[in-house]
Amino acid sequence: MRRPAATLLLFLLSATLLALPQVLPRFHTYVAAIVLLTALLATSLNLAIGYTGLYQFGHAVFYGVGAYGTALTLTRSGMPAPVAFLAGPLAAAALSLAMGLICIRLSKLYFGMLQISLGSLVWAVVYRWYSFTGGDDGIHGIPLPDAIASPKGSYYCTLVVTALCLAAMYRIVRSPFGKVIQGIRDNPVRAAAVGVDVKRHQLLSLVIAGFFAGVAGSLFVVVENSVFPDMMFWTFSLEVLIMCLLGGMYTFFGPLVGASAIVLLRVFASVHTRYWSLLLGTILTLVIIFLPDGVLGAFVRRAPAKEDAGA
Amino acid sequence: MLEVESAVKSFGGFKAVDGANLRVNAGEIVPVIGPNGAGKTTLFHLLTGHLSPDSGRILFKGKEIGGLPPHVICRRGISRSFQVVNIFPRLSVFENVQIAVLSRERKTFRIFTPVKGMAEEEVLRILRSVGLFDRRDVESDLLSHGDKKVLEIAVALSGNPELLVLDEPTAGMAPEETERCIRLIRKLSEESGLTILFCEHDIGLVFEIAHRIMVMVRGATVMQGSGEEVRRNSAVRSAYLGESG
Repeated sequence: MRRPAATLLLFLLSATLLALPQVLPRFHTYVAAIVLLTALLATSLNLAIGYTGLYQFGHAVFYGVGAYGTALTLTRSGMPAPVAFLAGPLAAAALSLAMGLICIRLSKLYFGMLQISLGSLVWAVVYRWYSFTGGDDGIHGIPLPDAIASPKGSYYCTLVVTALCLAAMYRIVRSPFGKVIQGIRDNPVRAAAVGVDVKRHQLLSLVIAGFFAGVAGSLFVVVENSVFPDMMFWTFSLEVLIMCLLGGMYTFFGPLVGASAIVLLRVFASVHTRYWSLLLGTILTLVIIFLPDGVLGAFVRRAPAKEDAGA
Repeated sequence: MLEVESAVKSFGGFKAVDGANLRVNAGEIVPVIGPNGAGKTTLFHLLTGHLSPDSGRILFKGKEIGGLPPHVICRRGISRSFQVVNIFPRLSVFENVQIAVLSRERKTFRIFTPVKGMAEEEVLRILRSVGLFDRRDVESDLLSHGDKKVLEIAVALSGNPELLVLDEPTAGMAPEETERCIRLIRKLSEESGLTILFCEHDIGLVFEIAHRIMVMVRGATVMQGSGEEVRRNSAVRSAYLGESG
């Protein structure tokens, strides 16, 4: 009974997303693209935090490194564009592996604290190294291939890549690996006691999450044509974390909902008031009190409960 | 199959296990009994790698396993359950067992194969044998306490162990649940020839199913022997049964 409904929903959603740039003005197409890539970023974080239970507090670093990786390759190396778009995510995955190897020795909050520290180190380097990264100015006017240089082109590129990445992650969480990381999240001691090498699974999960965050960063270059160090500052990491909390960490599509809500709020509420974060704070407080599993999590959890009552 | 020789483990100045000796032959059911604080759980932690011994030898199938990490010991053929319920609470009963089976089959690094239906036959067979078949789709956190303990035994079984170590499998159970659990332990031993080491407070139940019994007091082994020998031993009676002989 659920299947056809889900298929129909997916069909309607894709049709809408494909039609958007044809009907929306230029600025709104740009906002839609930002929503998409932020949704990808939040979902990649959720892989680490919601599915593996790792307190990934510095996720924006991988997003930023993905963006800088692509931007620097495009502006400084003279290598073809496809290489640049692969270089960003791969750099993010490599950094994720390196930081993971260090942080994974600690657990819970200590993992998160160490990650913020190491992430801030990366941020500081990017922020100060004027001759290479452009320092706090960032890099602007990044040359893009013609096909994705126009607003519509960049939107469609973002849409296709985001959809493919989400599909890949959806598949990953439904694989044996996906089940095992959820087991590790629930109970690492039990997981080890059934023979699971907990740290290696956590590490792979971090690398996958870092890679997809890097993809989101590369898409940012496509949409924005520029990069700046603030996108990897730790406060942005927390904003992405809030997206996951808001939408629901224990659901696959929750972070998507959270990301859309926060990006749209930031864009449209900030037109009317400088205090839009006050609005965000209020909403978040209400969600945490009344829907502790997040907006989407509340629906998902309610559904099986009903079945039980009926049986 | 399992041999422990004068194992010692201390925390600070306190010797939790102080000269434990234990021998378990293949196919036996061996309960470890002893008063609270005798070091039973610590001893089990040493066997499964959750703690490493300060000294002494722990041989499994003739090889030293003391100090190896838990997941390695599990792969050598020792599975365990814990005193406090230790399951994957947000996953269903089916998924709890499925993870253990997939782990044994070393399939946990497959990231693009759909997990649905994997190892289904074996998972269902295990659930049937422990009596949780009907509850397979329930989120395991919603199970009754007794069912959770049984689920944990099912998870331990999925590793296809040669030696099953159960830390107080009946802790906190109602009398009828306890009986069901003990029946399950006996059934597992009889049907699949599994070697089972467990600790237990209810001595009456222990005498009923044990091949041999190991008695521990203050970290040390007082004796190992048949139920009859244990019953007759005066040191055991004074230490554990509370009789001044």
